[in-house]
Amino acid sequence: MNAELVSELEAPRHRTWQARAVSTIGPVTVLAGTVWALLQPYRVTLLHPHGQGFWWLVVEPPLLVMAVGLLFHLVVLPGLLEDLEEAGSSDAATL
Amino acid sequence: MFATGFLVLGLCQFGEAIVGTEVWRRRAWRAYLWPSVFFLMGVLMWPVMTFFTNSTIHMLAHGTWAEVLMIAGATELALVRGKLSSPWWRLMTALAFAVSGSAFLIHEQNGWFFQRSSFLHHAMGWTLFGAAIVLLARCIRPRSVATGSAFALTFVVIAVMLYCDRDLAPVFGHLSPIAGAPHR
Repeated sequence: MNAELVSELEAPRHRTWQARAVSTIGPVTVLAGTVWALLQPYRVTLLHPHGQGFWWLVVEPPLLVMAVGLLFHLVVLPGLLEDLEEAGSSDAATL
Repeated sequence: MFATGFLVLGLCQFGEAIVGTEVWRRRAWRAYLWPSVFFLMGVLMWPVMTFFTNSTIHMLAHGTWAEVLMIAGATELALVRGKLSSPWWRLMTALAFAVSGSAFLIHEQNGWFFQRSSFLHHAMGWTLFGAAIVLLARCIRPRSVATGSAFALTFVVIAVMLYCDRDLAPVFGHLSPIAGAPHR
């Protein structure tokens, strides 16, 4: 096998692994928040708001965890994947 | 709310560990996010020292904490800006985490199971000490995905601890009567 061709394939494969791994962060976080809400529904005080204080209604940990996962997936990830792709193509160009 | 902030930082640190620092720093806001938050935490620790001090040991702990967070934050900012280049400057961050851990442990006068806040202070103190060791490893291997992920995991663990701060778990079975009425 031509060693030059192998080295050309290495960088894109590495970038693909990174793209896949970083793309799972948001969904895994949302899943963690969902599982937490199902396991401990008493933490979601919106489901039973009567008699709850201000902070118990404002801060709903499982919902906040889901929101953070969504924030990462919708705000941080697109630019990161774009930059990863650009870095991959510049790596391939320099090889 | 603090927990949510730590979780955001943790996910961003995970992202950086996976894609690598070079790709992560391609956008300025991403590059400056962690160092500026680090510095800001130091600045905000001064009002905590001034307004939430109920003993000399609290004042000393919060004051020292504010100083090291600001120094380490400024060092990280200089590293991102390119004013500093040696990765060994990251030892300042390790120092900041070690001092933060010490501050938690020293100013908590009660045992682990005295009350929720005591447990939180002890757990976070030792977690930050662990993070300081991870940061030492990161100085030696700055490109390692393992050390980067371990550092990110620290933030996630701290976030979980802060989210659970309002809990009264069975572990606190021997609650002191002066520890306050359990909410849940």
